[in-house]
Amino acid sequence: MPRLATRKRQADMSEVQVTPLSSARVGNTGIVERIDLPEEVGNYLAHLGFLPGTHVEVLRRAPAGDPTVYRIDGVEVGLRNETARHIFLKLSATEARI
Amino acid sequence: MSCHTPVLEPLEQAPPAPAGTKSRLRTVALIGPPNAGKSTLFNRLTGMRQKVANYPGVTVEHHSGRMKSIGRNDLTLIDLPGIYSLATYSEDARVAVDVLTGKMPGVPRPDCVLLVLDATHLNRQLMLAAPVFSIGLPTLVLLNMADQMEARGGVLDTLALARELGHPVALISAAQGKGLEVIPDFLLQADTTLAHNLRPVQLPVLQSPASCRTWATQVSSRTNYQSPAASLWTRRLDSLLLHRIAGPLFFLAVVFAVFQVVFTLGQPLSDGLGTILTSAGAKAALMLPDNWLRLLLRDGLWNGVQSVLVFLPQILLLFLFIGVLEDSGYLARAALIADRVMRSIGLNGKAFIPLLSAYACAVPAIMATRTIENKRERIATILIAPFMTCSARLPIYTLIIAAFIPNRMFVGGVVGLRALVMLGLYALGFLAALITAKLLNSSVMKANAAPFILELPQYRWPTLRSLALRLYDRGKLFLKKAGTVILGVTFLVWVMSVLPVHFATGTAHVSDLTASIIGHLGRFIEPVLRPLGFNWKIGIGLLSSIVAREVIVGTLGTLYGVDPTTHSLGLQAALRHDMTLGGAIALVVFFAFAMQCTSTLAVVKRETNSWKFPAMQFTYMTVVAYTAALITNQLILHLF
Repeated sequence: MPRLATRKRQADMSEVQVTPLSSARVGNTGIVERIDLPEEVGNYLAHLGFLPGTHVEVLRRAPAGDPTVYRIDGVEVGLRNETARHIFLKLSATEARI
Repeated sequence: MSCHTPVLEPLEQAPPAPAGTKSRLRTVALIGPPNAGKSTLFNRLTGMRQKVANYPGVTVEHHSGRMKSIGRNDLTLIDLPGIYSLATYSEDARVAVDVLTGKMPGVPRPDCVLLVLDATHLNRQLMLAAPVFSIGLPTLVLLNMADQMEARGGVLDTLALARELGHPVALISAAQGKGLEVIPDFLLQADTTLAHNLRPVQLPVLQSPASCRTWATQVSSRTNYQSPAASLWTRRLDSLLLHRIAGPLFFLAVVFAVFQVVFTLGQPLSDGLGTILTSAGAKAALMLPDNWLRLLLRDGLWNGVQSVLVFLPQILLLFLFIGVLEDSGYLARAALIADRVMRSIGLNGKAFIPLLSAYACAVPAIMATRTIENKRERIATILIAPFMTCSARLPIYTLIIAAFIPNRMFVGGVVGLRALVMLGLYALGFLAALITAKLLNSSVMKANAAPFILELPQYRWPTLRSLALRLYDRGKLFLKKAGTVILGVTFLVWVMSVLPVHFATGTAHVSDLTASIIGHLGRFIEPVLRPLGFNWKIGIGLLSSIVAREVIVGTLGTLYGVDPTTHSLGLQAALRHDMTLGGAIALVVFFAFAMQCTSTLAVVKRETNSWKFPAMQFTYMTVVAYTAALITNQLILHLF
């Protein structure tokens, strides 16, 4: 995972687009930019891997469209959009153009 | 590395171990992130059987056991709830940290630590290592799930890791029992050289998640760790099981399949067991003298206990399904699917897992609510959990359904009427829970939005061993209950059904059922229950089932066994003879809602630390049950 993350980060240099995690589409990947959540929630998420600089992939949405499953650091985590809205993602260049 | 500092004494300064002294080591703690396999390892090392399953948050208490399986009876192993860090947010995590740091009253401070980490995503799991090492106890790092690592092609170097961490490291598989021989070696070493071979280790000073993370990433990249590829099967299965349409359909199909199997496979097994038990009882009775002893043993106790025992096959089938769902990792997916519904009633999706486990039994479910961080949401979940149809309702449900609902099949023999009625009863309980939660949220508990954060474990095949052990434990529990609570209540009911004894012309005559104490008591309460379509025997059954729900079947077995008019009939036939359809359906509806369980009341009292909630819950559920049963009986009475 770390090697992959570095490669993506280099790709981002050309074109950078920051978006809330909740707006990213299924299949998108990117690097966590910042997290605007109360400390308690932020710490919990940090222990699951949601920290600036980590590589994230939007895996799939639950049948009702929410929550969404993200793959972070080899682990799948389900988050409601109301939480994912406060996590900001630097989209990988290829997807940013789509 | 400027923010790192050595926290442990270097090797040269360690005091030499005094030779020949008695074991200094007494208590060993198991610690690690949620769902890393601590309880599986605990069970392996102690030979005990704490509940294990494939989702985070199964263990919510600390458990202790002697390390018998590795021949160390002198050592106590403590299993702890999973934690992500020493900064705690939920009640179960606080228990773990308190025990680990020696602050838990009544639990000795551990002398050494087994740190269990999931080897398949070490980057993240190592974040816990730094805070645990900083406690300063001898620690063995166990990287669990070696089987998964191998199968999915992960790479790790235990020697390099041990050098980096300054603590011994071993790769194990707790589920398969592989690699565990390092544990006794470590314990011997820890015993003689307690704090002896610790090397200085660079630990993050501030221990903020970010600094722990940086450290963990550095350690894993320096040791050339490569996480295994994502399980292809998990991806494939999830694209089907979490599919927009197929996902919820599969969920419903699974639930329905459970009930269908309980009837199509469970009922014949149960009938067969009934025949065997009845004839065994009859044969045994022939050997007894024809007096009060035979009456007591056969008509009283055997009839009562046997009528509960016959449900063993159905209970085991139900738990087989629950076991497969829990061990495979599907439960977390079900929580994801259900989150939308949970949110609409103001509950955290996290509440779904305790609520699902309430389908087995409300007691562990109420304890599992400790994983819910928000206090008000936790209490709301505790209050609605007993509405979920627990396995103790299964005997009375299947008894009434088998006696009153014809065995019709629809859609080419796939969908059975009996299974449908059963599904309806389960849905009724769930609906009551939803409405209650909604009421609680709009009045008593205005919950502020706690975030829904759910880790999805990889799918795993449930092992035969773990399923077999689950069934064995369940069967034992059920038989134990039949042999204690149900036997006791049955005995009491029988005694009250033959007293007072009349002495006439030198011989003793037992009372007729209607003239007995229980007959009087039954007819005293009958007026209240008449509108529900219950006769006095059902009333006594209801009274006795306040102890536990299954007891009603035992009581009815005894009462109908003692009654000369129904003596020779089986319990099903006796009920058909004695109840209307309306009364019978009203009875199961009553059970869908009523709080007939002293264990649940006790655990609610313990977990909420007040009598207010159990009292409120009991009153509310009884009122709902009475009203619903009344409406059901009157509707059926006037419609048919």
